[in-house]
Amino acid sequence: MTPLLGAGPVIPDFGSGSSCEQTNGWFCTDWLSAHWGDTLQPALVQHVELSLIAVAAGFAIAAVLAIAGFRWHLVDAPVGAVADFLYTIPSLALFQLLVPFTGLTETTVEIALVSYTLLVLYRNMVEGLRGVPDDVLESARGMGLTRLQTFVRVELPLAAPTVLAGLRIATVSTISIATVAAFVVPKGLGEPIFIALDQNLFKTEILAAGGLAVALALAADGLLVLAQRAITPWSRTPA
Amino acid sequence: MPTEAAELVFDEATKQYPGRPEPAVDRLSLTVAAGEICVLVGPSGGGKTTALKLVNRLIPLSSGDIRIDGTSIADHDVTELRRSIGYVIQQVGLFPHMTVEANIGTVPRLFGRPRTWIRRRSGELLELVGLDASYARRYPAQLSGGERQRVGLARALAANPPLMLMDEPFGAIDPIIRARLQDEFLRLQHELRKTVVFVTHDIDEAIKVGDRIAILREGGRLAQYDTPARILGQPTDEFVAEFVGADRALKALALRSLADLPLHDGAHDGLPRLPAGTTLRDALALLVAEGSDRVVVTDGDGGELGIATRDDLLA
Repeated sequence: MTPLLGAGPVIPDFGSGSSCEQTNGWFCTDWLSAHWGDTLQPALVQHVELSLIAVAAGFAIAAVLAIAGFRWHLVDAPVGAVADFLYTIPSLALFQLLVPFTGLTETTVEIALVSYTLLVLYRNMVEGLRGVPDDVLESARGMGLTRLQTFVRVELPLAAPTVLAGLRIATVSTISIATVAAFVVPKGLGEPIFIALDQNLFKTEILAAGGLAVALALAADGLLVLAQRAITPWSRTPA
Repeated sequence: MPTEAAELVFDEATKQYPGRPEPAVDRLSLTVAAGEICVLVGPSGGGKTTALKLVNRLIPLSSGDIRIDGTSIADHDVTELRRSIGYVIQQVGLFPHMTVEANIGTVPRLFGRPRTWIRRRSGELLELVGLDASYARRYPAQLSGGERQRVGLARALAANPPLMLMDEPFGAIDPIIRARLQDEFLRLQHELRKTVVFVTHDIDEAIKVGDRIAILREGGRLAQYDTPARILGQPTDEFVAEFVGADRALKALALRSLADLPLHDGAHDGLPRLPAGTTLRDALALLVAEGSDRVVVTDGDGGELGIATRDDLLA
């Protein structure tokens, strides 16, 4: 019996790299140092940009909607329903749906990413504003704060912990979903992953890019926790 | 601290909610003299909290008028009106995201007082309500219920308002602390002489803190407005008599102390001893418990002033 591909394991040609690369080892550090500058670092920077824009835009849109939804109950139900609906669309399908309208562009990516942030941001903002205790509102009114003063000085700061909790979830999930953006534009940490998938599952690149996405999510979450502590020192004080 | 107080007049004040058969407050007319504590008391549904909130326009009047020092509340800008009235509620309503100092500074800040002024004022007020200056930097979550209510009182006093509205301020506090807060509130009032409207459902509290008591019955009608002694001694009708309780004679004893009795000389071996500030009610309780008919009255330092008899006590 003559084996078709010789005695060695079935491996495709991974080019002229190190033996680790040629055998598609689990994690080739030499590939990493060779391609950090031309592949991973730019992808990481793009990923940060994609996510940051999406979260910032989502936050701004959700804030406007939440203030309206908080002020007028009639607004709340339809906005919530739309945000709910957007959230249920699988990300790949949403990208696909948008392409005929906005093309293979960053706009497509951002529209999709923003859509996913809206639900959690909107809901948490409205919940946070509604969660201000009645006695606090009554004393504010009784002491002669105007409606606007009550909103700015009392309701907003008291909603902050809930809003920031929503922002953490939105940020982490956006960083995760943004890897799928490479499906539309060759940007972000999804791009090296797609290339590696194309190149017969080059493990090092997949692990490195995936690992960076996870690290980025953790770092962003950590930063937001620190921000939360700085902004709401009163919410973690023991009784 | 300059002391000022306002006269408060309810003039046929009425609150009728649409769709309700009976008004919540029905043609309430009474005058609270400047510097007096008026307690609104009555069963639930008596409209006492509604009557209180009519004053700072948290609830708008349906008809009638309320005047502070002769000026109708309707003639004040509503936020200015509220800023000039101290407001204390049962749940306190401290702002959880602000330190004690910032909470106390709420109304002064609205008046544009500088930070240094607020710091000094908050220090004064903390001392006044019996809290250490170190409390200024704490958050409400770090305080006990009693401490929160003290801060709530300090916050209401911050802009030195001539009128205070207090809605069951000690209602959510356990009995021992409540009694202490009542005592301290009375001591404070002795110094400050504010005009106070104080809502409670507890007739004993009303008797203890009120200069005058307004008893409201269902439908928000005033049943009697009088001093505690007269409310207890001469209830105008069955409703008041029943509301103040079958033990109203005993309650009346709580209005006087041993210092009010004629004291006798005589042997006092083995007799129970009580300071002159003890209420007659507490003194009677002790006499009953000890099976004695006389008690030695002492001054603050333990020196003997004389002997009070049970007959005098019950006279």
